[in-house]
Amino acid sequence: MWLYAARRLLMTIPIGLGVTVICFALIYLAPGNPVQSLLPPDATAKDIEELKHAYGLDKPIPIQYVIWLGHALTGNLGISIQTNRPVLDEVVRALGNTISISVISVILAFVIAMALGILAATRVGGFLDRFSTSIAVFGISVPSFWLGVILVIIFSVELGWLPATGMGSAGSDHFSWFQWSEAKYAVMPIVALTLTPLGILMRTTRSSIAEVLALDFIQTLRAKGLGRTAIVIHAIRNALPQILAMFGLQLGYLIGGSILVETVFTWPGTGFLLNKAILTRDIPLLQGTILVLAMAFVGINLIVDLLQTAVDPRIKRA
Amino acid sequence: MSDLSITGAGATADPNAREAPPASQVRGYWGNVWQRLRYDYATLFFLALIILIVASAVFAPLIAPFDPNKASMAHRLKPLFFRDNILGTDEQGRDILSRILYGGRTSLLMGIAPVVVATIVGGLFGVVAGYAGGKVNTIIMRGMDVFFAFPSVLLAVAISGSLGGGMINQLITLTVVLTPPLCRVAETATSQIRSMDFVDAARASGASTTSILFNHVLVNAISPVLVYASTLVSASILLASGLSFLGLGVSPPTPDWGLMLSTLRQALYVQPIVCAMPGVAILITSIAFNLVSDGLRQAMDVKA
Amino acid sequence: MSTQAQARLEQAPDRGGRAQPMLIASHLKRYFPIRGGVLNRTVAEVKAVDDISFTVLKGETLGVVGESGCGKSTLARLLMHLLPRDSGDIIFDGDAVGQLHGLPLRDLRRNMQMVFQDSYSSLNPRLPIEQSVAYAPRVHGMGRAQAKRTARELLQRVGLRPELFAGRYPHELSGGQKQRVNIARALALNPRMLILDEAVSALDKSVEAQVLNLLGTLKREFELTYMFISHDLHVVQYISDRVMVMYLGQVVELGPVDAIYAHPRHPYTAALLDCRLTVDPATRIETPPLVGDPPNPINPPSGCRFRTRCPHAERICEERMPLLGEWNNRPESHLVACHMVHAGSGHSKAPPGGLH
Repeated sequence: MWLYAARRLLMTIPIGLGVTVICFALIYLAPGNPVQSLLPPDATAKDIEELKHAYGLDKPIPIQYVIWLGHALTGNLGISIQTNRPVLDEVVRALGNTISISVISVILAFVIAMALGILAATRVGGFLDRFSTSIAVFGISVPSFWLGVILVIIFSVELGWLPATGMGSAGSDHFSWFQWSEAKYAVMPIVALTLTPLGILMRTTRSSIAEVLALDFIQTLRAKGLGRTAIVIHAIRNALPQILAMFGLQLGYLIGGSILVETVFTWPGTGFLLNKAILTRDIPLLQGTILVLAMAFVGINLIVDLLQTAVDPRIKRA
Repeated sequence: MSDLSITGAGATADPNAREAPPASQVRGYWGNVWQRLRYDYATLFFLALIILIVASAVFAPLIAPFDPNKASMAHRLKPLFFRDNILGTDEQGRDILSRILYGGRTSLLMGIAPVVVATIVGGLFGVVAGYAGGKVNTIIMRGMDVFFAFPSVLLAVAISGSLGGGMINQLITLTVVLTPPLCRVAETATSQIRSMDFVDAARASGASTTSILFNHVLVNAISPVLVYASTLVSASILLASGLSFLGLGVSPPTPDWGLMLSTLRQALYVQPIVCAMPGVAILITSIAFNLVSDGLRQAMDVKA
Repeated sequence: MSTQAQARLEQAPDRGGRAQPMLIASHLKRYFPIRGGVLNRTVAEVKAVDDISFTVLKGETLGVVGESGCGKSTLARLLMHLLPRDSGDIIFDGDAVGQLHGLPLRDLRRNMQMVFQDSYSSLNPRLPIEQSVAYAPRVHGMGRAQAKRTARELLQRVGLRPELFAGRYPHELSGGQKQRVNIARALALNPRMLILDEAVSALDKSVEAQVLNLLGTLKREFELTYMFISHDLHVVQYISDRVMVMYLGQVVELGPVDAIYAHPRHPYTAALLDCRLTVDPATRIETPPLVGDPPNPINPPSGCRFRTRCPHAERICEERMPLLGEWNNRPESHLVACHMVHAGSGHSKAPPGGLH
């Protein structure tokens, strides 16, 4: 198991490097030359020279990459064109907001999905099965940003219960989860984010538990006179590694993919930051945010894989 | 050896004795898939729905009640069933229904074209990686792994955000996002097939690698790849509409479901129901593709 | 036969004459690397085939027996060139295979074919069986229509009526029927030699008997030479002229079937034969002749590989690996890789004198 863990850790290095290569390449994807992409339009000739020097932009691309990587590893992700502040500061500030709603959404999705998935798997073909399968199809098919719009229509426009956008009262830097007047801003973003992972996790739970329930050893347990609940618990334990892997993946998807929902609700997270970067063509901000989010995703995947080794006896032995 | 001939009930039995259906009823794999689909009415219904949606987008000029780009200052943001504007009008007084019909053209194109290209490109790389194994496999698959280090939405936003908006850029972005997962599915399927005895038998007959790939590997790898590709159509439509929603898709005034949702958002407090309509189109299309691909998976008997 | 032969590819002519063995394998070796550790480096090797030499005579059936994992299937794949070998030579009818001025691989494949064990994965599930059989002739340049005729004729030959079966898919056949198709496919190039790798092992006993009889008939009709690999001692005894016994990647005994079955000289062969089930209470044995699993082929025991399970093991068995010896080209020759048999080996039960 430790061997596997060590190998898995080592594998992260080339993947992490690959991620930085792609992020680095983004500057070259952008139309125009990199200098233009990295500086505000009103940059002086002196600014241009300084930037060229700092990033070695007059040198060959591989050397530029190494210089850029050196900067990135020391936390220097460049300066946002729009706000003129270090990109890292901007991202770190936004990241907390994204992580908080993503984590809550995934946990919510996980709990509901487990409950519905288990109920569905033990009653294949029944009403509950069809009901939860429909929910899953809806969750997988619905565009999250549209769902956000619908929630706004119902709870803000029609009922007026929840605020449509933002995070706390305008201008205030303070946000507390324990005060309804502030926490209510997070309700709709969380609900909009929950549905897709809910659908996917439900499907996974249902199919993996149904699959385990069909295995021979379940027949043996039944023959031994084990009760229904005990058998289902056996099945859950066997299906858990797969569900857990899905859980981690979904958390990563939300943290990296909350841009649409955050845009709808102007929730000041990394997604909102990305949207701002796209609208203002702030390439350093875009690049830095994506690098941080992708690295977070790589980190989450690593943790999930390691956790899985701890849970799955088949990997533990290897 | 022959004088030792084994006797007994079994030894003399005619191997033809265990009769299966006469030759006329013998169906190939695809015949069986079709037989299963024929009685799967739910899948057939949603397949018909997809055909209807595609047809209405293709024939939009013939069925759309209005010119999708004709603005009218007098009829801005009208509700459902306002005169002939069955689904109301948008902030420029353009007919929503007509725009949705025309918007289907871009949205469906964005759903299907990248999947087709990614299936060909990813499938090719995957089959090569899976069949060649060894170093070739390592290079291709580890390269793909780097793309898996990005959540799909983030990767799409990263590429599209850097490339900028526009239809071609959106097509490129979606293709790049969808290729790695298809490559992985093709690789898994191929390496499984590669280890089967019939491939060794073909090699033992002296067949060339190309011949084996076409006659033995591809025919078997194609069903899991197709099933997976079909699940990606809905994902591609959702991703594309999301990018358009962020302003990274086609440029206005071209109608597009995601873009319509984005511009109508400002009118949320005036005509909430009308504003939600383009999303309904996305949802219905996406559900239809998802359910058809589920049906296809079952008919093709591919494990999820 | 002569009219039907026109539909098939011509069988390659006998080049070396009757006395020339069909196949000579000398010092074949194949080790599989075991990867492990943090960096996934090669940490050990499985010696699947470890210095094996033998000869298959024209027209005979050489049986190959041994427990699962002893390298029988690897050996078959090495001979078919489906796996590259680490070292050793393969000579087919006097020509070294795959060397300069030797027999090209493509020609070897015309001459030697293989029947696979697993009837589930041995036929392409997406091809009608007729096409599976017709594939090899097509590869070798036969026209579509003629290849189809060949396939149908061969299906008939293996006992499957083409009008019923030609268009069927593998999943519509029983195990025995599939194995017949497998045999037909192997015969499609009109080879001179067949390697049968556990060809009847997965079949029901009654079906197994039918297929064995079929193999006997085909052998005479097509003038074939067989190498018959199986873990089933009864079947090997029934079908073989000579038998080769393998243990952990090596040959431990090689000789005429009757001599080996009547008087096994290697303790492993003896133990293996004792494991056969018997219905006669007089010959019933109370204790299992062979206990435990074969040792790990990654780190085989020093000296004689069988010594860890051998009741007669002595110090010499630990120190020196017993050699099989040189085969003298006579079918009745009987070789044993055991110190107890070799005169002057230093084993207490060895015959006295001879070599030092």
